Amino acid sequence: MATDQPSWERFDRRRRLGRFVAVLVSAVIVVASWQFMEIGVVDPNTVPREIADLLTRMYPPDVAYTRQIVGPLIETIHIAALGTAGALVLSIPVALLAAENTTPNAATFWLGKLIVTVSRSVNTIIWALIFVVTFGSGPLAGAVAIAFRSVGFLGKLLGEEIEEIDFGQVEAIRATGASSLQLLLYGVLPQVKPALVGLAVYRWDINIRDSTVLGFVGAGGIGVQLFRAVNAFAWQSVAMVLLVILGVVVVTEALSAYTRRLVR
Amino acid sequence: MATGERSWQRPTVFRSHRIKWTVYAGLIAFFVWSAVGIGFDPARVLQGIGNTAVLVGDFLPPDATAREFDRIVAKMLESVAMAMVATVTGIVVSVPIAFMAAENLSPKPLYAINRGLISVSRAFNAIIVAILAVKAVGFGPLAGIITITFKTVGFFSKLLAEDIEDIDMGSVDAVRATGSSPIQTLLYAVAPQIIPRFAGLSVYRWDINIRTSTVIGIVGAGGIGSVLLTAFNRYDYQYVSAILLSIIVVVLFAEGVSAVVRRRYQ
Repeated sequence: MATDQPSWERFDRRRRLGRFVAVLVSAVIVVASWQFMEIGVVDPNTVPREIADLLTRMYPPDVAYTRQIVGPLIETIHIAALGTAGALVLSIPVALLAAENTTPNAATFWLGKLIVTVSRSVNTIIWALIFVVTFGSGPLAGAVAIAFRSVGFLGKLLGEEIEEIDFGQVEAIRATGASSLQLLLYGVLPQVKPALVGLAVYRWDINIRDSTVLGFVGAGGIGVQLFRAVNAFAWQSVAMVLLVILGVVVVTEALSAYTRRLVR
Repeated sequence: MATGERSWQRPTVFRSHRIKWTVYAGLIAFFVWSAVGIGFDPARVLQGIGNTAVLVGDFLPPDATAREFDRIVAKMLESVAMAMVATVTGIVVSVPIAFMAAENLSPKPLYAINRGLISVSRAFNAIIVAILAVKAVGFGPLAGIITITFKTVGFFSKLLAEDIEDIDMGSVDAVRATGSSPIQTLLYAVAPQIIPRFAGLSVYRWDINIRTSTVIGIVGAGGIGSVLLTAFNRYDYQYVSAILLSIIVVVLFAEGVSAVVRRRYQ
């Protein structure tokens, strides 16, 4: 008898059908997207060849160029540091507004959410475009752009930390007759301090990477040098700048990972 | 008794209070150096804030003519299309790299090479990659796809490799004991353990790719970014804010979709 043969299948019919439809829809979307962009069929030879061509022109990196990029590199680090510091200061009130348990009322809660959303949805480079107009070109505009982008990130994650604190401790401090500033300092801050340090260091790490491109819109840093070299087709200098950026990023990432492990 | 006078000091995470103050002083000195280094000047900051307030007035209300509106829609679709295609190509490239970058499955030299590749991909901002891609293959969405694919590899392979490193090696040994080939081992022992995370990661990366695809147009790699830069250069700030609004809406939508899908899978 045919039915005696037990057959095993990992998923039932409905789930298999669901999976099939999901894969089909994604495939259609991807193909339609490709058609929409009107790129056509790319010759599989040209793209790798063009990229390989670019890479061979970059070799060997122009080591002598290093002297010209040390200054902009330090500027990049300054931009990231000041931007992160500014964002940290600004993000504390934002986080207090955006946390359900510390926000005064519904309107302030939504204000907090709005600040977080707008800040996070607009890329650093777009913030930089705006602040170059108002602050004039230079690293100051870059630092402000970094700060505005980071406020949303820090405000959101810090707000989530504040929502998870033990409110009993805050009540206890309040029972001693503390003012609201003292409540924050002695009731809330000690509970979120490790998270605060960890988030700030993490964001600083991201900001180092972000501030390498600010120069493209005139907001200072090593990006200025990079784009100058690209526009001059000085590919060996470009390679040197890229190597230096890679080095700095690897060091900051290690530093940030080390610090976050300490505070956890 | 002399010890009747008791004093209490808040404990510190540092080894002693002296180390704590040294670290704080060092940090403050660094920030002062930074402030001097970039020409921080309170008067200039105040003036900048004033200018920004004026500019915000110019931004409002968001406005676009019918033609400009069509342009936003067309270029935004191009951004989304780039993100869609590049997410798929990025994941296809990432999977083998992730397996090779997992410490428990891959031989040491292969592991080191692929970890290096991941670091390189993560180190460079999408804008830098986009500039190079534009120089290599010319303006347009193809450069954007290459950029986003490259950036996806660093993120996706790294997180997927970490998940692969966390799998239960017992089931791998069990499947291997049945005499299966390496490919079969990957398919029946490793893959089932990482599929749920794989789905979550894919959607998460898709969400990030949508964000990236809205800015790389600034350097000519396709999508809405080019429209934004043009509007900025024409000082057409109401149009700029219309574009920014469209970017925020699309980004929020993608974030919402990704959050819903990830919650269902995890």
